[in-house]
Amino acid sequence: MSSVMANNKTTNKAANKMITQKGFAIDLKTWGPFVALVALGLLGVLINPAFLGLDNLSNMLTRSAFIGIIAIGATFVITAGGLDLSVGAMAAFIAGVMIILMNSLVEQFGAGWTTILLGIGASLLLGVCAGFINGIVTTKGKIEAFIVTLGTMGIYRSLVTYLSDGGTLTLDWAVRDVYRPVYYGSFLGITIPVWVFLAVAIIGYILLNYTRFGRYCFAIGSNEKVAEYSAIHVDRIKTMTYMLQGVCVALATIIYVPRLGSASGATGVLWELEAIAAVIIGGTMLKGGHGRIWGTVVGAIMLTMIGNILNLTDAISNYLNGTVQGIIIIVAVYLQRASWRKTGP
Amino acid sequence: MRTIKSAVKACVTTAALTSAIGLSSAAVAQEVTIGVSIPAATHGWTGGVNYHAEEAKKRLEELYPDIEITISTAGTAGEQANDLEDLVSLRNIDALVVLPFESGPLTDPVRRVKESGVFVTVVDRGLTEEGIQDLYVAGNNHELGRVSGEYIRERLDDQGDIVVLRGIPTVIDDERVQGFQEAIEGSEVNILDMQHANWNRDDGFEVMQDYLSRFDNIDAVWAQDDDIALGVIEAVRQADREDELFIVGGAGMKDIIKRVMDGDELVPVDVLYPPAMIATAMDLTVQHFVSNGPVLGEYILGSPLITQENAEQYYFPDSPF
Repeated sequence: MSSVMANNKTTNKAANKMITQKGFAIDLKTWGPFVALVALGLLGVLINPAFLGLDNLSNMLTRSAFIGIIAIGATFVITAGGLDLSVGAMAAFIAGVMIILMNSLVEQFGAGWTTILLGIGASLLLGVCAGFINGIVTTKGKIEAFIVTLGTMGIYRSLVTYLSDGGTLTLDWAVRDVYRPVYYGSFLGITIPVWVFLAVAIIGYILLNYTRFGRYCFAIGSNEKVAEYSAIHVDRIKTMTYMLQGVCVALATIIYVPRLGSASGATGVLWELEAIAAVIIGGTMLKGGHGRIWGTVVGAIMLTMIGNILNLTDAISNYLNGTVQGIIIIVAVYLQRASWRKTGP
Repeated sequence: MRTIKSAVKACVTTAALTSAIGLSSAAVAQEVTIGVSIPAATHGWTGGVNYHAEEAKKRLEELYPDIEITISTAGTAGEQANDLEDLVSLRNIDALVVLPFESGPLTDPVRRVKESGVFVTVVDRGLTEEGIQDLYVAGNNHELGRVSGEYIRERLDDQGDIVVLRGIPTVIDDERVQGFQEAIEGSEVNILDMQHANWNRDDGFEVMQDYLSRFDNIDAVWAQDDDIALGVIEAVRQADREDELFIVGGAGMKDIIKRVMDGDELVPVDVLYPPAMIATAMDLTVQHFVSNGPVLGEYILGSPLITQENAEQYYFPDSPF
């Protein structure tokens, strides 16, 4: 997006960045998010020892899985210089369609895994399609990602409200009971959502750092024109990042639905901003060209942790929760950028 | 029919309409247009408001062919202010039924509607200035808090530890909490903590999870709202602590009423705060045009305790809420 405007500047910066990355790579820039996470954890323990309880940690990590998985997809989109504002609404829409579909399949297939797997399949398909639409309209239609995804955000949000008649869609009780372990169950003492989160993070890490696709994302985000002259299929790669984002949203929805077994117009509100915040806290640059998967993971956990800590204390007025959140997010990013600014160009 | 027409004649005073009635007795020109402005279905309760408004529109228009009802929904307070302007200038309404998004910002827009000679019915959220509306229809938030508090106090024999999940920080939430606190005042019922769960299931789930890891013993939960209550139920179920406590919600969502009806130990009661109040308001507003009895003043619905015995009369399986 900004590449055309600041063509020369970006090229210089990109070149400089390569150098900095070699020389000063291991400092606060990389470890900033982790340091902030540990600091926040210490704050949590100080405020209430119950913070370190096994149940609480497990609850928190499980909760962060939704935003975390979505944010990993967002890392690709943002690294390649795009933006997706539609993820929260998309999650609500996919959840709604999944519930309606599974409810209607119960008669035919019974309340078992066949129904649920069909629901899951539909969810993934919808995610890919929704991502494809975002991608193709952005690239082929030459419209800013901000506008395209703002539009699709409104579309999905109102579609789910329409599907639910303005109320709440509720999953059939029998199906729900079978499906429930996908959120509440655990394997080796770790809940399923956390495993999924971990798996998505590892795959994302490999994809972004060790494949040609990942390198293309960096290149396009750094300078789209140069990438194009280097014979990279910019449109195709960008569209693929949106499709990947769609798959991530679908995965998050698949583990979200069994939690409360419902979807409404209020599902996933502001998830897009939380996902973007997680990505930025993690050290990915909003203007593209540089992405960090593990930073994103930490960012997502941190966002959930802030809410969790605020719930564990009554020292701070409830009305000020947003203030505390805002300050912590800004400080976390500042810590990480401060050192980089000194060593940078 | 005749009574409608004469009522319309008596009430509608605009010159245009009177002359139209004078010209012919055909029904065309005598229509009364009622504008209904409500918040969009952003959470369960407003979803119910939308549903009941549509139902009432269908029913009333069928009953009174001369009455036309326009419903507009708004996503924000600003949008609703625009809606009000459009209703007056484009739809030429004779009466307005408005459930304000927020009291403060909409007081002035509603006043302007009133000044253009429209009959104004305000629902649920009172305006910040008195004397604007002709009719005020509302549930009783203070009463909802009080009834909930009294039930919990009685059930716990005047002592115990409870947690409270509040709604979105608004006047409604404050009034409910105030009523609740008054009801438990002087007893040994101790509120461990209050946090906002924003009338939202996901938030209810997360706040309750955190309460459960923070407090080893909780005797009762006041969730204040049925959407929150559903989230709370899941969190309690996950922690396997169903036997330790009970939950009191509020509003009258069908899922919760069903549980009360079925005698669920975890959700023994509910406190009514019905989204169907929009229908009450529309009915009364129509009565202003068709009845010879005066329609003005305040109409405050009770907030009865819904128990297993009386749950059936509050159960609407077809409503989305």
